[in-house]
Amino acid sequence: MSSPLLAVDSLRKSFGTLVVSDDVSLTIEPGELHALIGPNGAGKTTLIHQLSGTLTSDHGRIVFDGGDITSLSLAQRVRLGLARSFQITSILPDFTVLENVAVAAQARAGSSFRFFAPVGDEAALNESAHGALARVGLSERSAVRAGSLAHGEKRLLELAIALATAPRLLLLDEPLAGLGQEESKAAIALLRRLKSEVTIVLVEHDMDAVFDLADRISVLVNGRVIATGTPREIRGSAHVRAAYLGDEVPL
Amino acid sequence: MRDAQTEVTRALLQPPRTPALLMFVALVLVPLAARFGAESFILSVFTRTIIFAIAALSLDLILGYGALVSFGHAAFMGIGSYAVGILATHGVDEILLQMLVAMLAAIVFAVATSAVSLRASGVYYIMSTLAFGQMLYFFAVSLSAYGGDDGLTLSGRSRLLGTHILANDRAFYYVALALLAGFYLLAQRITASRFGRVLRGIRENPVRMRAIGFEPFRYQLTACALAGAVCAISGVLLANLAEFVSPAYMTWQRSGELLAMVILGGMGTLWGAILGAIAFLLLEEVLSGLTEQWRLILGPILILVALGGRGGLAGLYARLRRRTGGGAP
Ligand SMILES: Nc1ncnc2c1ncn2[C@@H]1O[C@H](COP(=O)(O)OP(=O)(O)O)[C@@H](O)[C@H]1O
Ligand SMILES: [Mg+2]
Repeated sequence: MSSPLLAVDSLRKSFGTLVVSDDVSLTIEPGELHALIGPNGAGKTTLIHQLSGTLTSDHGRIVFDGGDITSLSLAQRVRLGLARSFQITSILPDFTVLENVAVAAQARAGSSFRFFAPVGDEAALNESAHGALARVGLSERSAVRAGSLAHGEKRLLELAIALATAPRLLLLDEPLAGLGQEESKAAIALLRRLKSEVTIVLVEHDMDAVFDLADRISVLVNGRVIATGTPREIRGSAHVRAAYLGDEVPL
Repeated sequence: MRDAQTEVTRALLQPPRTPALLMFVALVLVPLAARFGAESFILSVFTRTIIFAIAALSLDLILGYGALVSFGHAAFMGIGSYAVGILATHGVDEILLQMLVAMLAAIVFAVATSAVSLRASGVYYIMSTLAFGQMLYFFAVSLSAYGGDDGLTLSGRSRLLGTHILANDRAFYYVALALLAGFYLLAQRITASRFGRVLRGIRENPVRMRAIGFEPFRYQLTACALAGAVCAISGVLLANLAEFVSPAYMTWQRSGELLAMVILGGMGTLWGAILGAIAFLLLEEVLSGLTEQWRLILGPILILVALGGRGGLAGLYARLRRRTGGGAP
């Protein structure tokens, strides 16, 4: 087996006395879509924060593509190809849709300590932004102020921004949250396409989507990974059923 | 065909050109109009206005584009004027040299203090800039060799390229105006550049900017250094206008006035900061001629503007323009 793209070893995080990540170890293989599921408050978002560098961990080690990234900042990890989306939409509301994505492309296209040339005229940045918007189906909205997008469109914009950083690993925190049925279907189709292009860690509550898309699933309960396996293995695990799935997923 | 984004960026970044252009045309005409009145008084009032417009413009760069509420910006005016005072005391009276030293000193001060202040956020950032500003103020007070509390009277204006041209009030006015125009154009370029977009992005949402690979600190620090350097030039001019240098140039009240100018004119538009400085100083001039208690009138005016929504005078203009169907501002 090839070496993992991401190897997480005994990661811990507490808020005061509340242990939110409790000795989490995981490996993400290149090319897989690895879903992370668990009840509300299990610590999924916190784990994404730790993996992306949004939060520093109290203990443990994270190795990305063979290099130790444990002490790197969020920005440094992004530049290595580890991008994330946020459960609570995080965009630049006063920027246009295109600019939201173009500035992400700008981050990996040379220095931004350039003070004179108008950045809006940089065709290369605009082109890669248009490319990312086309991938998520937001092309027509590119000139709109991002803050005035509908909720579902903002979720797509989040994805386009992450894609524009040219990631090798995408950490997606509930990309389907709050989407309508049609939007959700389209977003799942999009994830299916993306999954052949980039390695993905997907936190998601929509179990149909998860069992449909995932190559492997890890189950997080009270900050602990209680099981990792293929969708079939997870579905069949009595342990997982007892701890989490209950009757959410029919046999 | 132009990119849609380019269009919107232009609209966002470059406010309607007309008001800025009109403002500059009016400023160019001031010395001509002044001939029909108390010429030297009018020139001195407007030179002072332009000098403060440069300071306000520099503050808008960090306040309007970086959301950094500095309550110590007057320190840079102080650095600029003390560069003139101290160098002149030692026989260096070439203004270009004084400006160079002023800018370098301002950059050093900006980097050293912002490196600390930027670690704090929100009200703690404001407190920290205030504290550094006050430290410099008390340092100036302690400089007994250079007048201490009383300040330092200069023997005359600086030379420009060896000439005494700045002694001519009208020439001095136009030099100040040319510098303001130059800095305005420069600031426009900067805010529309790669760097400017990153700075605006950090203002909007720093976490988002981190999550695409930018460390806000480096960009904010650079912006503070740039703004400090530009503001120091206003200090060089102020010392020359008054032919006097004093710690009073860098009190925290002065920093507050600079903030008031930018907010009054409209943050994040550049021309609004210039307009704000003009409006503030002319109001002050007119009101103080009417009554001793002019602050009692100026205060409520500022509060009205603050309550009237963000955007200040520039925002008001944009709204009026939209209402009269003048196109998107
Ligand atoms: N910044 C924080 N401070 C204190 N407690 C937190 C913080 N962030 C999350 N928590 C707590 O940590 C637990 C896990 O939260 P989270 O990671 O958001 O779970 P999930 O994404 O699985 O729903 C919850 O009990 C939550 O209240
Ligand atoms: Mg969550």
